[in-house]
Amino acid sequence: MGRESHVDLSKTVIAMHDIVKKFGDFVANDGINLTVHKGEVHAILGENGAGKSTLMNVLYGLYHPTSGYIEVNENKVSIDSPEKAIELGIGMVHQHFMLVQPFTVTENIILGMEPVKGLSVDLKSAREQVIELSQRYGLQVDPDAKIEDISVGMQQRVEILKVLYRGADILILDEPTASLTPQEIGELIEIIGHLTKDGKSIILITHKLKEIKASADYCTIIRQGKYIQTVDVSEVNEDQLAAMMVGRDVTFKVDKKEQKPGEEALVVKNLHGKDYRNVEILKGLDLTVRRGEIVGLAGVDGNGQTELVEIITGLRKGTEGSIQIHGKEVFGATPREIFDAGITSIPADRQKHGLVLEFSVADNLILQNFGEEEFSKHGILKRDAIQKKATELIDKFDIRPRESENKPAGQLSGGNQQKVIIAREITNDSELLIAVNPTRGLDVGAIEYVHKYLVEQRNKGKAVLLVSFELDEVMSLSDEIKVIFDGKIVGSVPGKDADENELGLMMAGGGAHE
Amino acid sequence: MSNTKAKDSKSSFGAKVLHGNLLYTLISIAVGFIVGAILLQAAGISAGEAYGKLITGTLGKPKFIVWSIVYASPIILTGLSVAFSFQTGVFNIGAEGQYVVGTLAACIVGVFVKVPAVIHVPLCLIAAALAGGLWSMVVAVLKVKRGINEVLSFIMFNWIAYYLSNYIVNIPAVHKEGNGEATKDILDSAKMLVTSESLQDVLGSGASYNIFVAVLAAIVIAFILNRTTLGYKLKAVGFNRHAAEYGGISANKEIMTAMSISGALAGMGGACQLMGMGMRISQFSSQEGFGFQGITVALIGSTNPIGCIFAGLFYGAMKYGGTKLSLVNAPSEIVDIIMGTIIFFIAISHVFKRLLLSHTGKKAKSEGGTK
Amino acid sequence: MFVRNLGLLINATMTYTPPLLLAALGSCFSERSGVVNIGIEGMMTIGAFVGAAMALTCGNPWIAFLVGGLAGALFGLLHAIACVSFQADQTISGTAINFLAPGLAVFLCKAIYDGSSDTPAVDISMKLPKVFNDIFPVGSFWNNVLSNYSVAYLSLVLVAVIWFVFYKTKFGMRLRAVGEAPEACDTLGINVYKIRYICVILSGFLAGLGGAYITLATVSQFRPIVIVGQGFMAIAAVIFGKFKPQGALLACLLFGFCNGVKVLATSSNTVSPNLISMIPYIVTILALVLFVGTARVPAANGKPFQKAK
Repeated sequence: MGRESHVDLSKTVIAMHDIVKKFGDFVANDGINLTVHKGEVHAILGENGAGKSTLMNVLYGLYHPTSGYIEVNENKVSIDSPEKAIELGIGMVHQHFMLVQPFTVTENIILGMEPVKGLSVDLKSAREQVIELSQRYGLQVDPDAKIEDISVGMQQRVEILKVLYRGADILILDEPTASLTPQEIGELIEIIGHLTKDGKSIILITHKLKEIKASADYCTIIRQGKYIQTVDVSEVNEDQLAAMMVGRDVTFKVDKKEQKPGEEALVVKNLHGKDYRNVEILKGLDLTVRRGEIVGLAGVDGNGQTELVEIITGLRKGTEGSIQIHGKEVFGATPREIFDAGITSIPADRQKHGLVLEFSVADNLILQNFGEEEFSKHGILKRDAIQKKATELIDKFDIRPRESENKPAGQLSGGNQQKVIIAREITNDSELLIAVNPTRGLDVGAIEYVHKYLVEQRNKGKAVLLVSFELDEVMSLSDEIKVIFDGKIVGSVPGKDADENELGLMMAGGGAHE
Repeated sequence: MSNTKAKDSKSSFGAKVLHGNLLYTLISIAVGFIVGAILLQAAGISAGEAYGKLITGTLGKPKFIVWSIVYASPIILTGLSVAFSFQTGVFNIGAEGQYVVGTLAACIVGVFVKVPAVIHVPLCLIAAALAGGLWSMVVAVLKVKRGINEVLSFIMFNWIAYYLSNYIVNIPAVHKEGNGEATKDILDSAKMLVTSESLQDVLGSGASYNIFVAVLAAIVIAFILNRTTLGYKLKAVGFNRHAAEYGGISANKEIMTAMSISGALAGMGGACQLMGMGMRISQFSSQEGFGFQGITVALIGSTNPIGCIFAGLFYGAMKYGGTKLSLVNAPSEIVDIIMGTIIFFIAISHVFKRLLLSHTGKKAKSEGGTK
Repeated sequence: MFVRNLGLLINATMTYTPPLLLAALGSCFSERSGVVNIGIEGMMTIGAFVGAAMALTCGNPWIAFLVGGLAGALFGLLHAIACVSFQADQTISGTAINFLAPGLAVFLCKAIYDGSSDTPAVDISMKLPKVFNDIFPVGSFWNNVLSNYSVAYLSLVLVAVIWFVFYKTKFGMRLRAVGEAPEACDTLGINVYKIRYICVILSGFLAGLGGAYITLATVSQFRPIVIVGQGFMAIAAVIFGKFKPQGALLACLLFGFCNGVKVLATSSNTVSPNLISMIPYIVTILALVLFVGTARVPAANGKPFQKAK
């Protein structure tokens, strides 16, 4: 890829030795070593739950290691708080952004290290410093915008500026590309280049192999909390990295037979809608999903996907347009009516929409069906039938731990929570399934499971609408890919001919008809 | 395999106790009394004497026990009202006002409607439940339709109810003839009193059967919450309205239902107080506090309807016993202090729970290790 | 006549507003830092008692006033220990304080003053002073408007000071951030616990001052019913004022004004005083429905924050 390396092997900036971190009985990090040099981009690769974030939280002083020690600039140190980490020149950009929503960009950047003039915060000089920093590293931001009004990509720049403002020489980026477009990812890699050239070191936590190849010098692989090895990225390929990460050979290909799509299951026409701030976000969207096909909706977060799904499923009211399910108009109908018309969905945020975490697994499994004759009569719940159903589904879908019928759903792991939702939605067996980021936060095994299930539904002749921020997922599963940008569908490509760069361009609004 | 199972069931009682709330509630109660005792001693009052009076004054005679129970009934109901609201995701800090309009409705029906007791008593209770329910529903509508913070409007509605009551007390048609700032007495047919003379000999002339209303209400509420689709919907909305809506439950409708039921319970509490104890409404000089006592009962009862019965009985006894403390020159406010301390420790009881659990956990592990 | 009544109205408004305002400003600190404090009522009551008792003991109203505040602060500390250190449910802890503090106030009163639940009256010489008292003739418009207790003016100045603290200083910026995104603050090395402790203790202090104001100025005696709901009204004022000190001022002035109308209308004796007494509460609801709308609650309000270990 012709990237330039700025590694200075004579200067070791970080050395973590034999780090162990336990939470009760659970060992999150089990003897991990890490060495980072000046000007180096060092990737840390591992599946979800492998212990990457824990390791970085140890380095950043948020967790205290159970054993092991850390050297910064070749001095042994004890990092017992983020303050100490900042003092040592370590900065962290968290996967879930740590920003104060109603504050401005400038306020967020200076928070905790505010320049003071007399009694008050010197916002004027702060603003100038922010502008200066953003120009120096090519991180364009509007210093006066409020966080709640700017895009995710912008918010990430604010996070990076926050770290630079604190004078960090070592930047930890935790899954930085999770919700960026390919173009934005390209820009980020460029920014990383600027930073290393300036002598900064970058630790990049990720599970995306392509990005490691494109940006990192070295890569340390962690599996189930254990250190596997550190490799020179230029000497390995993506398949090798994947095998090291998972511990076996994996294929990311999904087997899918050719199949002719059937009649139209969902037809959305000229849909308009507003977001939570009452700003128009859907601007006349058209979309059709037919039986026996998976339609993938690709797009960057914030272009109306969330609202589209909420309006289709009745959780949000659209302002105008038409939504037909099997020819029946459901625009403006209640979630109940829409469910009855034949739509089920795997919601984007399983803890917000998918589950009542305080409810038992059994009660969660009947969230839409508690009123049906099978589970209640004259308004009185049939507890035995509910239990029986739960036992059956827990068994069938391998939800763990077994015998969790009466455990609160909140006590299950993320993957098992997702299985509860999938078990429920499969049982509902509706004609149209909408899946929003169905694999977010799941490990490889669970991802394969979900993908298999989506394809199975399609093969059975059901219609599937897949909304995902993971472009790879959309590309590998979809029969038809639609790109959403600025509240409209701006492009449509058959799944098998899809080209990542072309899609990326459309996702950024480039391919649109302007 | 079978071995471990037997061992599990053996230790499960202990585990249940450690994981449940009851143990920690009892610890909190003990701490409450200890703090009270320290204060009493510091003020030069014998804690032994004061607590002795509290016990003999509430349990010493059948009559005293009956009075404790009569005192308990309205607070069990306001407690249920608050507990129900907690379970359904609202904080009913307005039980006070709903209680007041409940007494008003029961009083008006009790004074002016002339029907036999079999009809009159339920009629008054229904009127009170409706009044309390509607009072709370207005707040629910403001919350759902206008997004107005319910804590704020509940507080306003408490005061409106307070002055409304004082206004009605002073309307000539309602006001008592002669002196005294109170309404007329409700008719005998509306009183929830034990009329059998032989029973009165044992239980005292003030014996009321209002406790049965409270206990019945608690059982009904427990059933609704655990066994019905209504309870399922209300709790789903209370825990996570987004998930409930996703599941096809109309959150706004259920919030209104929940708040109305909660208000109806507090309103019935008012009726039970009026028809079992007060017999008339006096002009208020300050809020009576039944609603706030309800919060306490709900918390001591771990927001469990059946738990509220016991918590209410405890509070009722403390309240009744408190009135007798002046006989030993102990300020009755010690009851408030004890109750406050109990709630405070319930608020932080999860800390003890964590400590105890980690302690026993370690012990179990070290035992396993030595095997 | 109109001018005179206007003067009386302003006077009545300024009688009712300051204690409410002090407590509301306290509530602002607590709520904005992310801790719900419904114990304001109890903190006012203990402040009211301690203020009166202190004046009766030492004779200096200013010392008494401050000590009343400190008594409130002590319960603020208790609330902070429960809510910040132990991550207790903030409503439960607040409810506990509303039993504990008033209970303790009356208990102490009875213990000190021979079993009486009222303190003796606070003599005029021990009351907080009025300013501009002797400049205009008694009963004149300007006397009514300007002759207020010094603390009334102080409370207005305090609004400006607290506004400055909230929006201009480092501490204010951090306290607002802590109430919105405590995890983010934690990663920036801001001590969330410390800021919340300071804010909750300050809320108790200001509520205590509000209570002491009543017994040292307007009522000049402690009685168990001297604080009847002002604490809750202060919380209402804060929600009404959208969690801003300047908003709380406007809300308190509105409550005070309605109360002034009530006082004047009651003295005219045409309508039932009980109906008139409902005005402030009904006006509040109407104002919310018609003009104010929803307040944006600080994002972390009511949510305990636990530092990772």
